Amino acid sequence: MTVTAFAFYVFAISAIGAGILVVFSRNPVHSVLWLILAFISAAGLFVLMGAEFVAMLLLIVYIGAVAVLFLFVVMMLDVDFAELKASMAEYLPLGLLIGVVLLIELGLVFAHWNFAPEAAALRASPTPSPAEIANTQALGAVLYDQYVYLFEIAGLILLVAMVGAIVLTLRHRPDVKRQDVVAQMHRDPKAAVTLIDMKPGQEGRAHGFRGK
Amino acid sequence: MMSADLFTTLPEILLVLMAMAALMWGAWGPGARIAPVLLRLLAWAMILVGLGLLALGGDGAQTAFSGMFVDDFYARVVKMLVLVAAGLVLLVGEAHLGKQNLLKFEFPILVVLAVTGMMLMISAGNLIGLYMGLELQSLSLYVIAAFNRNSVRSTEAGLKYFVLGALASGLLLYGASLVYGFTGTTDFAGITQALAEGARSLGLVVGLVLILIGLAFKISAVPFHMWTPDVYQGSPTPVTAFFATAPKFAAMALIARIAFDAFGGMKIDWAPVLGVLAVLSMFVGAFAAIGQKDIKRLMAYSSIAHMGFALLGLAAGTEVGVEAMLFYMAIYVAMNLGTFAFILSMEREGQHITEIAALSNFAALAPGRALALLILLFSMAGVPPFLGFFAKLEVLKAAWQAGLTGLVIAGVIASVIGAFYYLRIVYLMYFGPETEPMESRMSPTARVVLTLSAAAMLLGAVSTFGFEDLLAAAARSLVQ
Amino acid sequence: MIEDLLREYLGVVVFLVLAIALGLVFILAAAVLAVRRPDPEKLSAYECGFNAFDDARMKFDIRFYLVSILFIIFDLEVAFLFPWAASFPTLSDVAFWSMMVFLAVLTIGFAYEWKKGALEWE
Repeated sequence: MTVTAFAFYVFAISAIGAGILVVFSRNPVHSVLWLILAFISAAGLFVLMGAEFVAMLLLIVYIGAVAVLFLFVVMMLDVDFAELKASMAEYLPLGLLIGVVLLIELGLVFAHWNFAPEAAALRASPTPSPAEIANTQALGAVLYDQYVYLFEIAGLILLVAMVGAIVLTLRHRPDVKRQDVVAQMHRDPKAAVTLIDMKPGQEGRAHGFRGK
Repeated sequence: MMSADLFTTLPEILLVLMAMAALMWGAWGPGARIAPVLLRLLAWAMILVGLGLLALGGDGAQTAFSGMFVDDFYARVVKMLVLVAAGLVLLVGEAHLGKQNLLKFEFPILVVLAVTGMMLMISAGNLIGLYMGLELQSLSLYVIAAFNRNSVRSTEAGLKYFVLGALASGLLLYGASLVYGFTGTTDFAGITQALAEGARSLGLVVGLVLILIGLAFKISAVPFHMWTPDVYQGSPTPVTAFFATAPKFAAMALIARIAFDAFGGMKIDWAPVLGVLAVLSMFVGAFAAIGQKDIKRLMAYSSIAHMGFALLGLAAGTEVGVEAMLFYMAIYVAMNLGTFAFILSMEREGQHITEIAALSNFAALAPGRALALLILLFSMAGVPPFLGFFAKLEVLKAAWQAGLTGLVIAGVIASVIGAFYYLRIVYLMYFGPETEPMESRMSPTARVVLTLSAAAMLLGAVSTFGFEDLLAAAARSLVQ
Repeated sequence: MIEDLLREYLGVVVFLVLAIALGLVFILAAAVLAVRRPDPEKLSAYECGFNAFDDARMKFDIRFYLVSILFIIFDLEVAFLFPWAASFPTLSDVAFWSMMVFLAVLTIGFAYEWKKGALEWE
């Protein structure tokens, strides 16, 4: 067994094992941690295929951002997991049934697995050998030119996500004092502060010192 | 090369530019009062782009971006209908949104972006392009379903739609990856070529079925309809009106596109799948609607049943079938526009109501509107003199010609059962007991849409004014 | 060919093995050497000498979520920039301007969220 094959099995087994543990962990925080392991294993598998960029993306976006967000929500949110688990038992048979059906389908597909004879010729942009050009550069060579259409739609989808997140969650509290840089800089000290002459021994009248 | 591609996608680019300009204007402009102006501008822009697309597009077919975007007559006709429907929904819903304090300027912008996604779906020539268009549409729809974020129902609708929609997208992607694995390409033209060379295999069938399941979610065909009643009921009513019209048409058009453009060589595989979806949708839609008390839920089940009939046309797998589907969907959208224009106006003491019981004895209150609603409901039920009957007839005829006798019989039975609940509303309106009176305040636009749609159902039986020829030409350009 | 690429990852593998080994050593050392006197009080939340009032989980402000979602969106935008930058010398005009358009779209989104005050923490 070559080192590559060995690494493949290590990553594959740890990805599947971590995936199973995501589902079966009792503590949701542990589930998210297992999920992170599954992501890392998947990143390893991508590296083995020479898809370096996707692997690093998985580390940066999925582990660095998405998984952390998951963890944050799971740890902070007021969800009664015991109750959720109880209702899950109710749906378990149905879920198992669907899982078994999908598994059988997968098995059927796997048993009949054969590429179309012309598949290799039809491939739109085959991965060049890593010796010739780095994976990221190869991606850059096609993504922005040949696939500009899909790339720009991706930009639009991100725009919709941005607008949607703000529309659905942003609320302004009326009772909060906000910074208004321009107004603060244009504040006239003469209008805000008045100096009054106070004779010693007199009782201070505070109103004169109060800023507006 | 590039400029030709950009020119082909000009309608979409125009819409996106307008949406972004509106976003800037809304955010940096004069504040909240801009929202109604933006809504009207964008609505009319959509209608004009739609009409211009058909008027100036000619009848040729071209592709852009190396086949990822297909601009044929079929795409132009469907896009025109989708754009006009979306524009009208916005115009009709404006007053209601204002009253419910939901008229933020983002609303029309999200609708425009959703419609852009639909246009990309209709023009899809590649599985990746299809998915991207679908996501652009779906993401905008999830947001507007939850637009009334202070209502638990609305947020629940948004969440349900999102979770199930994401599941559907997952299935679709899984299917698309199988198709890619077995044919080696994501281009529709490439898939057709691979099929011609004998690439059909069990794996490809599974991939195709999974793609169809993903799309069946979007048109809420049974058994993938679970989200529909809750989302229809929970969303703000103008959003429901939008859901019932444009996205349904676009997704149905996409199913036809993928069935004929990509998998034309696998008709024996997809036709039975669509047939099963059709029969189940017709019956579940008809039976489940009977007990409904909320008119928005009723419209959800009604749309499920209508999707069944439209799928029946597709299941025929012929050019006539596609034409019948287009005809059915166009009439379905017209009927829903009118009906929702009315539902939007249902009020009692200033509060929007959706109980069917409130319609009791409505005919005595507003005979004109009751008559218009009667025409629309009769048309939906498929009662003979109205256009809805002819739509059902075309679909059944197409299925009959394709030799799907069993499906035709099922369709007739389902339409008889379905007629019951439409007629129940009519009965309630004319002969129901007197209850608390309901008000129906309609904006002039809503009144025009209601009248036009009812008139179309009546006059359409006499002549469709060349509309049918247009759809026939569209179907021909898809099936060839 | 692919082996050459993987050879570059040797350092990462060594690092990974060391990290896992070190982690295991610490866990095992604790299990073998440490004194163990388990007590439920040791696991309970410490709240200034009182019994814990409440569960640590609670409703939290949706603004945390908004910030992280906006972060993820821009994270993805930056992810698209990497291959573009890496292949910059060989990019065609179309590729250059397609990124400019992409950035313009997201800049419009950015201007929108800035004006809406989504980036401010009241």
